[in-house]
Parts: sequence; C-alpha cells; structure tokens
Amino acid sequence: MIKENFLAKNSKFYNLISEFSLIAVFIIEVIIFSQLSPYFLTADNLLNVSLQASITAIIAAGMTFVILTAGIDLSVGSLVALSGVIATSLLKIDASAFIVFLIAILGGVLFGVVSGTAAGIFITKFKITPFIVTLALMTIWRGAAFVYTEGRPVWGLPETFSTLGGDRILGVPIPTVIMLLVFISAHIVLTKTKFGRYVYAVGGNLEAARLAGIKTNQILISVYIISGVLSAISGILLASRMNSGQPNAGLMYELDVIAAVVVGGTSLFGGRGTIIGTFIGSMLIAVLRNGLNLINVGSYVQQVIVGAVILLAVLLDQLRK
Amino acid sequence: MNNLLRMSNITKQYPGVLALDNVSFDLNPGEVHCLVGENGAGKSTLMKILSGAVKKDSGRIFINDKEAEINNPSDSQGLGIGLIYQDFKLVPELSAADNIFLGNELSKKLSLLDKNKMNELAAATIDQLGEKIDPSLPVHKLSIAQKQFVEIAKALRRNVKILAMDEPTAPLTNKEIEILFATIKKLKETGTGIIYISHRLEEIFKIGDRVTVLRDGKSAGTFKLNEVDTRELIRLMVGRELSEEFPHHSTFKGEEILKMENLSGGILKNINLEIYKGEVLGLAGLVGSGRSELVRVIFGADKKESGKIFLNGEELNINSPGDAIESGIGLLTEDRNLYGLFMELNIRKNITISNLNNLLTGIFIDEKKEIENSLQFFQNLKIKAPSTETKVETLSGGNRQKVVLARWLFSNSRVLIFDEPTAGIDIGVKYEIYNLINKLVEDGIGVTVISSDLPELMGVSDRIAVMCNGRITGILNKQEFNQEKILTLATKFLE
Repeated sequence: MIKENFLAKNSKFYNLISEFSLIAVFIIEVIIFSQLSPYFLTADNLLNVSLQASITAIIAAGMTFVILTAGIDLSVGSLVALSGVIATSLLKIDASAFIVFLIAILGGVLFGVVSGTAAGIFITKFKITPFIVTLALMTIWRGAAFVYTEGRPVWGLPETFSTLGGDRILGVPIPTVIMLLVFISAHIVLTKTKFGRYVYAVGGNLEAARLAGIKTNQILISVYIISGVLSAISGILLASRMNSGQPNAGLMYELDVIAAVVVGGTSLFGGRGTIIGTFIGSMLIAVLRNGLNLINVGSYVQQVIVGAVILLAVLLDQLRK
Repeated sequence: MNNLLRMSNITKQYPGVLALDNVSFDLNPGEVHCLVGENGAGKSTLMKILSGAVKKDSGRIFINDKEAEINNPSDSQGLGIGLIYQDFKLVPELSAADNIFLGNELSKKLSLLDKNKMNELAAATIDQLGEKIDPSLPVHKLSIAQKQFVEIAKALRRNVKILAMDEPTAPLTNKEIEILFATIKKLKETGTGIIYISHRLEEIFKIGDRVTVLRDGKSAGTFKLNEVDTRELIRLMVGRELSEEFPHHSTFKGEEILKMENLSGGILKNINLEIYKGEVLGLAGLVGSGRSELVRVIFGADKKESGKIFLNGEELNINSPGDAIESGIGLLTEDRNLYGLFMELNIRKNITISNLNNLLTGIFIDEKKEIENSLQFFQNLKIKAPSTETKVETLSGGNRQKVVLARWLFSNSRVLIFDEPTAGIDIGVKYEIYNLINKLVEDGIGVTVISSDLPELMGVSDRIAVMCNGRITGILNKQEFNQEKILTLATKFLE
C-alpha cells in the first residue's frame, strides 16, 4: 500500500518532468531577456507582461477544454468583438446605474453561453466537424458585430467601466487577477472533478467514453460553452481597456490562442494536455513579444521569431515522446 | 538446399528489450511455414525486418540463396516479398482495382489511367483466387473477407514470391476461412512461399507444412507439422505445461437474472432468452448473425424497437449505456482498444470512470479513496503493471482486458457480457481469463460470452444459444454441445 502510494506520487513527478522541457525554454527565454534589457526583470514590466497576456490567456484556458476533446473553437476572436460590443452598447442605456453595469456584463457573458451552446449543438446533434461549425460562427459573429455597430466603435462609455481593465488590486492589474482566478479554477475542474475526468475521456476515445456510460454530448456542448463564456469575459475586459466597443477587436486571436495551447503541450488529437501547460505556453509567447519590444526588434522581425519559437517549443515536446 | 528465403541468426535489440536473439527462419517454394508464439515473442519484429520497416542489428538474409540487403520497404517489395497485415493497408475510398494497382498504375496515352484495363486485370486476378468481387467498388464497401482478397490480389500483381500473412483468419467466418485456405493451396501450387502467423493452432495443423515457435525473442525450434501436436506446441510457446485448456467450474442453475422477451430491433427478431445465476451463457453464430447487435441492445448502445428486458424480474428502461451501467450491466467489447479503453489515461482512471459518483466528496473526486479502490481490483485481478498509475497503453492484451473487467466490477455490475473475451490474448493468459469468468459466475454474476472460437465457446459455456439472421435458432445444454450441431443451427436460415 505504502509502496503503491509512493509510485502514485512518483508518476505525478514524471508528469511534472514532462512539462519540464517547456519550462526550460521559458527560463532560458527569461535569462536571455534579463541580460539584454535591465528593465525586463522589474516588477513593473512583469506585471505589464501579465496584463498583456491576460486577454488571450483567459481564452486559451477555455480553448484547452475544447482541444482536450479533440475539438477546436475558431469563433473566439469574433466572440471577443461581439461580446464587447453587446456589453458596451448595453452600458449606454444608463451610464450611472450600477444595475445597468451588471446587466451589461451579464449580457456579454450570456452571449458567450449562446454561442457555445450553438456550436455544441451543431457539433453533437448534427455531426458537423468543430472546425467548420466554429469557422462559420467566426464569420457570422464578426459580421454581426459590424452590422450591429454599423462599423463604428461604441464610444462615450462611463468612467467606471474602464476601471475593470485599468485598475489594480494590491498593485496587480484586475485582468491579471481574473486570469489567475480563471486558471486556478480551470486547473481544479480539470484535475479534481468528474467533469474534468470526462473531458479527458471523451477526448481520448469518444466511443469508449459513450460505452463507459458518459453522456458525451453533454460534455462536448459544455466545453464549447466554457470557451464561449471565457471569450466573452476577455471581450469585456478588452473593451474596458480600450474604453470602447470595437467591432474589429480580437481579430486573429483564435490563432494566438491555439498557439498558446499547443505550445503548452496539449494534443490537437485530444485526451492529452494540462491547464498549467497552457498557462506556461501563454506566458512564453507574451514574454517573447515583450522582450523583443524592449530590445527594439521591429514588429516584422518579431512575427518571424514568434513563429520560429512556436515551432521550436512544439518540436521539443515531440522529441520528448 | 534451395531455399526461397533464409534468415539466419537475426538479432534485434530495442531499448531495454532483446526482441530477437539469434533467430533463424527459412522458407521453401510452395511451402506454408507457420510462425507461432505469444504476443511479444518476436513474430512481428521478425516480419518487420523482412518487410524493411525495421532494421536488424545483425544476421543475414538470403533470397534464392543470394544475400539480400533490406533497408527499407521498397527493397523488400523489389525482392518479391509481400505482407498482409491484420489491419489491412488499403485506401478505403479507392476502388478495389485502384488499390490493387496502387503505385503500379497502368496508363494509356497522355498518362491517363487505363481504368478499363486495370478493372479487367484486377477482376481476373481475384477470379484466379476463387472469389468474385466487382473491382470498381470502393474498398470501404467490401466485407472484411473481400478486403483480404484485394490484399492478396495486390500481392500477386506485384509478383510476390514470399507472402507473409499476419492472423489472416481473425476477422473471417468459417466459410470464408475455407475459401482462404483454398486460395493458399492455389498459391502453393504456383511456388509461392507463405509465412503464416496465427494464434489458432488448429488452423496451423490444417494448412501448414512446418512451424517455427518463438518464445521471448528466441527460436524454440522448427518442426514438421506431422511430427508435433497441439500440446507440444503450447508447451513450447508458453515454456511450461498447461494442465488443461478450460478450467472446470461448478455449475448450478440459480435464479433467473436477466430476461429478454420478444426483443426486436435492427436485424434482431423476437429474441427470447434468459440468463441465470451460476452459469455461463454462450452466444454462437456467424459474423452478422446478430450476436453483437443483441448485446449492444441489452447494453443500450443501440435502441430496441420492441420487446422487454427484465433484470431480477423488474422491467428495465434502457436508453443509453449509462442507463445499462446504472442497472448493473457491463459490456466488455470485442475491440477493447477501440471501444473500451482510454490509452492516455492510467489504470486507476480507466477502472473508476464509470462509477465516479461513488468517489465524490462534494464536487471533487476523492483521490485517496480512488487509489485505494482501484488498487484493490488491481491486486485481486493480478494486473501485471508497475502500479495503478501506469498508462494502459503500455499493458498487454490480457492485462487490458482485466482493466475493463475491473471497471465493471467497480461499477457493481450484476450481468457481464464478454464479446470475444480472449481475442488477441496469449494462450497462457487465456486460461487466467477463463478462471476469472468462472470466479464471476461463482460470485453470482450473470455471464454471457460471445466467441467465434467454437472450442473455446463450448469449453467455457454451460448453455449455448445459437443465432442466425437475428433470430435464435436453438439453445443447447452442455451435454448436447457439438460443433456440427452448432454450425447447422448457425446456418439454418442461410441458402
């Protein structure tokens, strides 16, 4: 018994090791930038990095659930725009009332639920592949955001709204705090709950999961709702930071988000991956962008370097196996 | 001597395992040389070396007494070597003819494919094997047996002189096996040498000329098949004497546990059947007879159209596998890798997945309780693995089957359905699985077994229900068991 428990602990240790290659890349990155720029390792800059990373990282947490089930959600970027636009336009009803503030945020988030449910139903009931369903939703929501705003940003928002994305709690930016809360909850859900276990099972072997008595459609619909809601939260935070509802916000976010998840070691074939990996993946890319900015690398060259690092990180993961 | 193929002193080392240790193997023209051994004995490594998929560390290969270098699959093909794998290497969307000519397409002027000619030649080649298949049909529309003929035809079109077949009869019905054997005999007459790998020893005696036994990467000897018997082969494969093939269990026909009344749906018509405590009910029938369909309906994987199912006298309303599991029914699927297990997850998580409610504290899984519970089954069923935290993908077939069984025991199943319980499982471990089935019966669990291996089915069952065309054509008691009788009932409504 004691021996077996020891082995159980031991295998957790191995799981940690398996994330090691990623952590190693991350640490090397931090060391290089701290040598190249004296400002890099200051608390100010690190908090800034976390703030910059927070918007896509929150979405990446949701995307991890989706990719673990061997799915994909391309609609997240458009959802960022549409939920931001919905929240900000609701806010304009009565800028002073706190209740409107709440309704605005709930409205944005609720839209995430609607979008996720729609995606989940098309995927499970009508058996259309996730790629196509969410590709279509991506186009529809983006178009809807432009139609709704007639292509103009929603301006003239109350001061209080910008505190959401701009203020700090004990010196830490609110989006960073929200990001940390999202990742901690997501980690607990994935590793400690029945739902989390089912997500891995469904992604690992859908038919075996059904024959093991799991309501697989429920699980699949749920992961798209999670992704939708987290995208909506990000959309509202982004709108707050820009103090406006922009119909073209979040353009191409889906690609950044998928990159963070995959760099974090989650398999696109489903069933394998961790939320901690996604966190490190998100940070790795954010630190890279920040570091390159600090040492004045031009944005064109940055794109090339970021792409190369994504390939390198995934390659290391592949070699480990 | 003029050997078609001679592999001498082949050695292959994988990290941590000596897969082949000085193994020699030869093949004469027009001969069927069988290769037997348990999983992991080195059969597939030897075949992979022959096919160029894997490189040998040392040893030499001669084709027609000339030394040959096989460094990759195209070298192997160039030497006239063909392999037919258990899971065929065919492109499902392409036609039979396109598959047969894949890589060797015939063309007309302007490099256009000569479809007519390819179809014609493909049909002729298949014809020559004693089978009729429309060569323009896409392969995914063909039956498993027909796919196999397409594979053989493909090998013939490539002038294969050495043909290796890995478990060719595993997915076939008895009738199809006979056609296959007739084809093998025809191939022998043309001087083709055949390497025949199978777990089914009775087949080897039927079709083989010589046999080589591998055990733990070493050759345990090569024999003429008229000079050895089954018992001796098993002893060489397992490395010890097996007392008897099927363990005895004390039967008592207890109370009725599961009852099907006028069950219909899909191909099933009016099934009436009872499962009693204290006995093993065998389900016999050819592929497509409705055996698997019946158990899928009982398990809620497919829907019934009419009829009733009772468990302990109470009518069940089963709409999904979840309902069946909750009622206490467990299904051990035929292909446990595809439909039973989560390869990425460890043994513990595979055992507990269907009854996590039992382990919840609030919304959280109590991991300590989970480890304790899974460890209990891990030890009771003697699953061979370092710990409950080992991923199931590293386990052997027999241990994987035990993990699935542990899942149903942890879910408190009272009726267990085994679909081909020993498919792909080593002989030594088969006996252990039979013992486990007996133990379940003694514990009062209702057990149903489906098996295409008739001797096995007769060995483990106390009663056998025979199916044909979705109907039950007869129920036999132990003293009435007889292969011919079962086959007659299994073909009652055919032709």
